[in-house]
Amino acid sequence: MAKYYSKEIVKSPRIDRLKDALFEKAPEIEVERAVLLTESYKQTEGMPTITRRAKAFRHILENLPIIIHEDELVVGSATKSQRGCQIFPEFSFQWIEDEFDTIETRAADPFVLTDDSKKALKEVFAYWKGKTTSELATSYMRSETIDAIDGNVFTPGNYFFNGIGHVTADYDLVLRIGYDGIIKKAKAALSAIDAKKGDAVKRRIFLNAVIESCEAAITFAQRYSKLAYEMAEKCSDPVRREELKTIGKNCSRVPQFGAENFHEACQSFWFVQMLIQTESNGHSISPGRFDIYMYPYYKKDLKNGKITREQAQELVDCVWIKLNSFTKVRDDASAQGFAGYSLFQNLIAGGQDKNGVDTTNDLSFMCLNASMHIMLPQPSLSVRVWNKTPHEFLIRAGELTRTGIGLPAYYNDEVIIPALVSRGLTLEDARQYNIIGCVEPQKMGKTDGWHDAAFFNMLRPLELVFSNGVDNGKQIGIKTGDVNDMTTFCEFYDAYKAQTEYMIELMVDADNAIDLAHMERAPLPFLSSMIEDCIGRGKSVQEGGAIYNFTGPQGFGVANMADGLYAIRKLVFEERQFTLGELKEALANNFGVDSATGDAEKITLEVVKGLASKGVEVSEEQIAGIYKQVVESGASKGSSNKYQKILELINEVPKFGNDDCEIDAFARDVAYTYTKPIEKYKNPRGGIYHAGLYPVSANVPLGAQTGATPDGRLAKTPIADGVSPAAGRDVNGPTASANSVAKLDHYIASNGTLFNMKFHPSALAGPEGLESFVALIRGYFDQKGSHVQFNVVSRETLIEAQKNPEKYKGLVVRVAGYSALFTTLSKSLQDDIINRTEQKGF
Amino acid sequence: MNNDYLNTTGRIFDIQRFSVHDGPGVRTIVFLKGCFLRCKWCCNPESQNHQIETMIVDGKEKIMGRDVTVAEVMEQIEKDRIYYRRSGGGVTLSGGESLAQPDFAAAILRACKEKGINTALESTGCAGYDKIQKLLPYLDLYLMDIKHTNSEKHKQFTSQPNQLILENARKIAADAKKLIIRVPVIPTFNDTEEEIRGIAEFTKSLKTVEELHLLPYHRLGEDKYKGLGRTYELHGIDLIPDEKIQRLKKVVEETGLNCRIGG
Repeated sequence: MAKYYSKEIVKSPRIDRLKDALFEKAPEIEVERAVLLTESYKQTEGMPTITRRAKAFRHILENLPIIIHEDELVVGSATKSQRGCQIFPEFSFQWIEDEFDTIETRAADPFVLTDDSKKALKEVFAYWKGKTTSELATSYMRSETIDAIDGNVFTPGNYFFNGIGHVTADYDLVLRIGYDGIIKKAKAALSAIDAKKGDAVKRRIFLNAVIESCEAAITFAQRYSKLAYEMAEKCSDPVRREELKTIGKNCSRVPQFGAENFHEACQSFWFVQMLIQTESNGHSISPGRFDIYMYPYYKKDLKNGKITREQAQELVDCVWIKLNSFTKVRDDASAQGFAGYSLFQNLIAGGQDKNGVDTTNDLSFMCLNASMHIMLPQPSLSVRVWNKTPHEFLIRAGELTRTGIGLPAYYNDEVIIPALVSRGLTLEDARQYNIIGCVEPQKMGKTDGWHDAAFFNMLRPLELVFSNGVDNGKQIGIKTGDVNDMTTFCEFYDAYKAQTEYMIELMVDADNAIDLAHMERAPLPFLSSMIEDCIGRGKSVQEGGAIYNFTGPQGFGVANMADGLYAIRKLVFEERQFTLGELKEALANNFGVDSATGDAEKITLEVVKGLASKGVEVSEEQIAGIYKQVVESGASKGSSNKYQKILELINEVPKFGNDDCEIDAFARDVAYTYTKPIEKYKNPRGGIYHAGLYPVSANVPLGAQTGATPDGRLAKTPIADGVSPAAGRDVNGPTASANSVAKLDHYIASNGTLFNMKFHPSALAGPEGLESFVALIRGYFDQKGSHVQFNVVSRETLIEAQKNPEKYKGLVVRVAGYSALFTTLSKSLQDDIINRTEQKGF
Repeated sequence: MNNDYLNTTGRIFDIQRFSVHDGPGVRTIVFLKGCFLRCKWCCNPESQNHQIETMIVDGKEKIMGRDVTVAEVMEQIEKDRIYYRRSGGGVTLSGGESLAQPDFAAAILRACKEKGINTALESTGCAGYDKIQKLLPYLDLYLMDIKHTNSEKHKQFTSQPNQLILENARKIAADAKKLIIRVPVIPTFNDTEEEIRGIAEFTKSLKTVEELHLLPYHRLGEDKYKGLGRTYELHGIDLIPDEKIQRLKKVVEETGLNCRIGG
């Protein structure tokens, strides 16, 4: 007998009303948090940093405006407006000031920012000058590191300018014992401090900060309780009045105490989720295994007849709405990289328990239902798949995928569990993993994973090989010699490896500098109260309080590198079709694609200059006429044919993604050039580095900073996304594509790999379509792929949405490790999604 | 064991992976080149001639047809074994008409069975029964087209009469592991209720057959005719409205058969 209810549950009409309310207005930047933080910091000068953080947290939570929106059953908002965001000047602020005048109109993730808010922020920023984590981190970095960042080889921008986030706190702990229970633990630890030990003072300061921040959380909930009761009294609608009273009661009980029913559990969960994101703006605060830790409360209520499945589903749906209720403002470049206002709150359903028993339950299905009901990008819903995952669970997940919302993402227990064990997790912990942000696995409540540590563009070291380490006239890489002198492929490949390893060393320098800066300037006592073993060790997460500490910087461009290096091996060294020198020239000229136009422009300019020097006035029309003549005369064609010939040869060489044994095996080796050197580094929290292979959506903006590459990719075009084949290069259908990707070593990329497949909805039509879809996932996972996600939407629909965005406001697509509203993405990212190969069932 | 059969050579024009319409589960379809019929609606006109020919695809010349050994075909087939196992899928021989290359087709099917791969054949059944018999020992599912019960009309639209086909259908029904009858429903040819009922009743009379699939006419092959420098004789005929195909499905079901629309 199945131990879960797998049928559909009808959506409450309340959910649509809540959803509509979310989208009434454009997202707005609010300033209260920044102002309150600064007020508190001014009053606590001279105190220990962690004490100041706790006091500021308390000051914020005592004074942040509170609001209960109509129809809400689960309450608590970080902003007054829907989908608003607060500002976190302690991490960085300069970019906000620089973008004051453009933030409302920029292409990616615009925000409303009123003049009053700008004025308030200016005052706040004046205080923070010289005090941010970002400034401290910069001062810690080697000058070579800063050169490499400026040269766009890697970008540690995520934590350089923001909080860390990327964590799953112990929601279960708060559900069970409440913050009162945690305060008790902290107090017990306080009284147990061994005065003989050198760290006794530090421990005391830390534990007091934990206690103060937990008290602040309780205070915040009590404010909501009071507000709810006040609103109930004034409410004329008897039904809503009762709801408000329940909210008032819930907020008076949780998160101070352990939850006693499912409604309280939902409320408690939400306070934790929201408050972590008020303490710091680090994103990817991932709820993790919601279906596991919420289950006891649901089961108890259901058993006692206190709740129906429909009521439980409504509450889950309400939580889902809340997860979409606030956003994060990023600088313009990052907004392009993380487009879609996304917070990457990854929530995962299914999987196994610590003993290796399948855990799929009613709530696992309800998570799928909730995403189906609200059809919004948050939470980033994931499902765990293993050999014992029930078939009907995957079919139901496939039904959600089929809607085109880009959810859920699928993760393979059979790879991730052993991969985590290889990084030092116990088997029990590894079996209970969840996903952070996009694709990064870890154990809830025990890990500081620093998962999105940097984007490493694997194509840039290759460019440095061709330029002998020089970028824009500056020596940023090492000198690996003139490519004209390289006589074997090995020599060339070694040069690439050497440039990569040097850049990895610098990337680690950047990450560790940033890590230290957070440790010193922004330890987080509230988050630390929910991460084991901070209280036991007497130190914050940022100081190494967690059981597991990692740094996971992600490489991207595996497919381009594999295709490019393979083409070089074959065409330059095996077939001797052209030399490295000729290739270098072709790359510098973007394979002649735009040199024809470029040369014509130059010649036109010369002609116009000549005329002008003779005193002849030239109109715009005349210039256009001269240009046309130049182009037609063919005077500009010159060498571009030669380059195009090289491009044609490259295009004929087999490419990764087509189930070709030779190039796929080569790709596996190429991925190692990034994943293996990373393994030897350590971070300041006492943990190790491990690599991921995924791009978020940075493959587009960072591709725009990368010249033409030997795989035939033109300058400034997007780089391949994650471990997926380069766009349009995989032409043998989805199974071939999946087989190729599965030939990479996914175990070593233990910080996650990302495989994006795009399906036309017809490929999933009917029961057979779903069955085949599930077989495709199972087959890919049998071959030890780690993650796969799907965009199921027709190309025509996307093009139509690009033309008429107002008609497609709700169109959700899978961007990279997350889903976003298509129309909020920048044009270039939209184009990239449209151009990804669309797999059809035949 | 004698593996000579793996060296059998034949002519194919395509291998398509992740097909979900011609037989159960995820399938790899091997398209053999050459056919005995010339159906006017045929969506793979490049499959009809045994000769290797040139077709214009997206403005570029493409060579249609290549000679391969069974071993080479198996290399492609085996790439998706993992998906066959997960979905209950396998290999389907299509065409063209596999019976035009019976030894090659039988050798592929035999190789599949050696590897434990499920096999299906999509075929007109228009060949001497001795050829069909070569294939049956290695075949899990025979998908056979019955296009019309009226021989005259059959000949008019497919270039061949139907006696041999119907005769073979009876034998296959008795000898094959499983037979499903498929009917391409073509306006102006066989889309009336009487015509479909006729085919359904014939199918029912085969006794062992439980399932009939209606494959509604589509125009996806039209451009290929142009690419081959040939005329598409059915140009301009309408697609079949959904209500009509649903009605025809009912007609089939009335005879006691299970009916599915699409493969």
